[in-house]
Amino acid sequence: MKFSESWLREIIDLNLNSSELSHKLTMIGHELDEISNDGLSIEGIIIAEIVAFKKHPNADRLSLCNVNIGSNRTIEVVCGAPNVQVGLKTAFARVGQILPNKIKIKKSKIRGVTSNGMLCSASEIDLGQEDDGILELPADAPVGVDLGAYLNLPDNILNLDLTPNRGDCFSLIGLARDLNTEPKSKLNYNFRIQNNITSKVKCKVKTPHPDICPRFASQAIEGIDNKSITPIQLTEKLRKSGIRAINPVVDITNYVMLELGQPLHAYDLDKITGVVSPRYAKNNETLQLLDGNTIKLNKNTIVVSDESGSIGLAGIMGGNSTSVSDKTTSVFFEAAFWPPKFMSGKAREYGMQTDASLRFERGVDPALQAFAVERATQLLLSITGGKAGPVDDIKNKKYLPKTKSIRLRQSRLYKILGKKIPKSEVERIFKKLGFTINIEKDSWKIIAPSYRFDINIEDDLIEEIARIYGFENIERVTESITMPISPIGWSELNKDAVCDHLCVRGYHEAINYSFVKKDIDNQISGQESKLELLNPISTEMAVMKSSHLAGLLQTLKRNLSRQNNRIRLFEIGNVFSGDIKNHKEVEKIAAIAIGPIEEESWNSRNSDISFFDLKGDLDSLLLNNNEKDFFSYESNKDNKNFHPSYSAVIYRKDEIIGVIGMLNPILTRHFDIAEDVYFFEIDYKKAFKRSSINAKSISKYPQIRRDISIVVDSHIISSELIDAVKKIKPSIIQSVNVFDIYEGKNIEEGRKSIALGLILQEKSRTLTDDEADDIIKMTLKLLQNKYSAKLRD
Amino acid sequence: MNKVKEILEKSLEKISNAASIEDIENIRIDFIGKKGLFTNELKKLRHLPANDRPLFGQEINKAKNVFLTNLSSAKNQLEGKLLVDSLNVKPIDISLAGSNSSKGSRHPISLVRSKIEQIFKSSGYKIKIGPEIEDDYHNFTALNVPENHPARAMHDTFYFEGKKLLRTHTSPVQIRSMIADGAPIRIIAPGKCYRCDSDQTHTPMFHQVEGLVIDENISFANLKAVLHEFVESFFEREIKLRFRPSYFPFTEPSAEVDILWENDEWLEILGCGMVHPNVLTNSGIDPEKYSGYAFGMGVERLAMLYYGVRDLRTFYDNDVNFLKQFS
Repeated sequence: MKFSESWLREIIDLNLNSSELSHKLTMIGHELDEISNDGLSIEGIIIAEIVAFKKHPNADRLSLCNVNIGSNRTIEVVCGAPNVQVGLKTAFARVGQILPNKIKIKKSKIRGVTSNGMLCSASEIDLGQEDDGILELPADAPVGVDLGAYLNLPDNILNLDLTPNRGDCFSLIGLARDLNTEPKSKLNYNFRIQNNITSKVKCKVKTPHPDICPRFASQAIEGIDNKSITPIQLTEKLRKSGIRAINPVVDITNYVMLELGQPLHAYDLDKITGVVSPRYAKNNETLQLLDGNTIKLNKNTIVVSDESGSIGLAGIMGGNSTSVSDKTTSVFFEAAFWPPKFMSGKAREYGMQTDASLRFERGVDPALQAFAVERATQLLLSITGGKAGPVDDIKNKKYLPKTKSIRLRQSRLYKILGKKIPKSEVERIFKKLGFTINIEKDSWKIIAPSYRFDINIEDDLIEEIARIYGFENIERVTESITMPISPIGWSELNKDAVCDHLCVRGYHEAINYSFVKKDIDNQISGQESKLELLNPISTEMAVMKSSHLAGLLQTLKRNLSRQNNRIRLFEIGNVFSGDIKNHKEVEKIAAIAIGPIEEESWNSRNSDISFFDLKGDLDSLLLNNNEKDFFSYESNKDNKNFHPSYSAVIYRKDEIIGVIGMLNPILTRHFDIAEDVYFFEIDYKKAFKRSSINAKSISKYPQIRRDISIVVDSHIISSELIDAVKKIKPSIIQSVNVFDIYEGKNIEEGRKSIALGLILQEKSRTLTDDEADDIIKMTLKLLQNKYSAKLRD
Repeated sequence: MNKVKEILEKSLEKISNAASIEDIENIRIDFIGKKGLFTNELKKLRHLPANDRPLFGQEINKAKNVFLTNLSSAKNQLEGKLLVDSLNVKPIDISLAGSNSSKGSRHPISLVRSKIEQIFKSSGYKIKIGPEIEDDYHNFTALNVPENHPARAMHDTFYFEGKKLLRTHTSPVQIRSMIADGAPIRIIAPGKCYRCDSDQTHTPMFHQVEGLVIDENISFANLKAVLHEFVESFFEREIKLRFRPSYFPFTEPSAEVDILWENDEWLEILGCGMVHPNVLTNSGIDPEKYSGYAFGMGVERLAMLYYGVRDLRTFYDNDVNFLKQFS
């Protein structure tokens, strides 16, 4: 809501200066979004009158004007405007004046004639856009007087961010009513209008669907001159509210809307055919709007129609066929009450938002329609002349909002606010806000005025008190509350620790959007995404991601293109699967890596990251000592996102918890990445399901280490050998470690050499060399039988 | 007799002249080696009469012990000197980088979320999470935003088929908690939210932390206290707060909280209010018995203020050089 401070002050006397006023508005719930100073640049411009003019001797289009600038001084000014005429009062810039466009007026010769100043158009002094000539001021404008003083300039323009529940404050009168709670304020608005009804002119209105239009007030006026000029005091108020002046009829509807909050529509009466009636739009009905656009109407849209068809989009915008122009001589004003439930979202359906739709969606005062029409007629008669017909006010109370009486208990007021606000103050606030109040024992019975349709329950009344009494006057009280202790899950407790661990391993956390391009997600998940947004921002963000892979690859690519060659990133968050009826959100943690093992340095290892570097990062996260045996890696056969030979599926016990490996170059090429990229993604909850630690007692007796080197078939995986060896004598074989792998010279084709280091130890005594020898013998025998292993010489 | 004395004196002289560990070793061999001088004297013992042997033996052993003590102390001295000499090498360039010191970083949004969580946890709040794909009921209707409510239009909701949507705020977690756990409640709910809005000051995905406290006597005065304490704890200094009346369908009264920032500017940081009785009723809590407050804060907003980040979109660019700053 944009308006000028001077207009508000016409309606209410306030004992507040400008900055106090802005602060007050904000602190009672109408947040000041912006305040700007308007009209500073017209300082020095005065009102002048053209007393005589003649054609410039040397230029057809210029006039030589004798201009009265007050104090009986008349000077000669050259002017090129087409609307120069005797008696015209206009804006005058003296020699030495600097115009808003920074041009300084000089005494100068124009085609041989001296001009002693300049007559100004509205745009030249920042008062408007229209540029048909010099500014035209009313005949009673005082000559010689400062134009700024005459037009209430400079003025503050306030722009408020209104909350959607306060549709009533979309008007000067609404804001003034709220400010009326301020001590020493006084409302100056006169709600009594008596227009002379001098004509029988009318337009027949029928409301066959009172639910969609419970009130329709209207009035016809004939014999108007819409070529009249709207007084500048009125158009100035519009301009300061950001609305352009057009012609008197349109200007008045805008003015009344800003003043009272009731949007009006004006029809050219002569263009209306027969009875006017609001109704739902018909199938395939179209309507050409005032702005020239033709829209195809939806069935649940309300239109105003006459016998020719629809002539307006109810509460949003009028139709072109009955529009008012400067040639209009008979006008028909409509002020309707369109219930918010029928208006909500309607303008948006057509990609529109108008001053009217904004107000009707939030609600207008249901008691205001007839008065708004009379107010418009009053202003119209004073500007364009004409004869007004009677006001036609059709209402159906059944469908109009009803005022109700609400009980406010003192005890609840205190309980909700935590502050005992004096009774007298409560009563004062309600009275000043225009509420009807009945005092009872320990409570009040309150009826809100018609324009406060947002007040429905007791707590709404509590908010009114809190808001006006001032949140700042409610002192802070720390609550005392006792909550029972409840169990905490391991994962919840340690998510930060898991992430911090990856940071220590060199990974930076990324946060990518949850939506990705559909074909990329399809490719990654290997199936058609069924979680597609109906209204995505773009096709790049169309479906919910099934993996962090796409986002991390895009982020990786972006960083590569910024000249980073070693990148480590991780992400934690939900990924999505299933269809919309039965979707799943699973928290996953993923990491992506490219480039050298270590950041370049004088003694760094410069070789590129391998499968085992990434696996080491993941293992360091997963393999806590007491859970080591739960995790296993099995070769990946199905996941096409990975290199078939350099990737694995990760198990915890019998459950798949994730994947790891080098990404398939076919995939990375899609993202324009030529280098090898490594990636893992694990299910957070499944991976970090923790069993409690059962500490074992540690043997004090010496360990014996025995190494064996065997040759086996290449396809045999080391974890299988280790598991088999451990089982031989679990109480003595403390650990088995692969310390060397060799394939090549001296080893036959298809075979590899594996060197195993065994740590042997007895719990309760010193293990003898003979016992150790026996275990090694058993080990070799098992490996020979089961894996055709040969002892390497 | 004199022979032993002579040998001892000779040995001590040699020890005092020893210049290296090798000298020491040679002296040891010369005197107590297989053919050493002391060894020879001991060998001679068996030629002496049995009565004289103990006396002479004692004599030789005494001398030999003196020799050994001196020898070992000379050796220690020489070793000490060698160790000191060995330190006398060219110093390394200690300014060179340590090996493999590079470290990753948490995302600033995560750091701020975590900080918010820590603060509330320390005051007994539990952390609750809810689904990001929500239904219309939990995101709007149960929160007192019926269909056709103007507030819905302001939410710029991402929709799926069948009344499903991406939650526009973390407030649906309020409903889910109340239904699941009943009163009393003391929770915060961090998480991702979505609105189809994308420009300099909006990203289509963002993070909120929701708070909800319900008990028998919770008041607006309590809400003011908790948010004041939170803000000062978050920014780790005294901060002026202002509660400004506002409107949310799910709270009554509603307020927005501004903090007084640099240049005496009020900056909005969160929205809050007393839980609307309809919301309590919708979730099976008796609004006559219980009252409560709720608040919701934008993590990005707080992160921008906390770290001095100017452009919101930086958070979702994930430029490693930006992220590094938070390690």
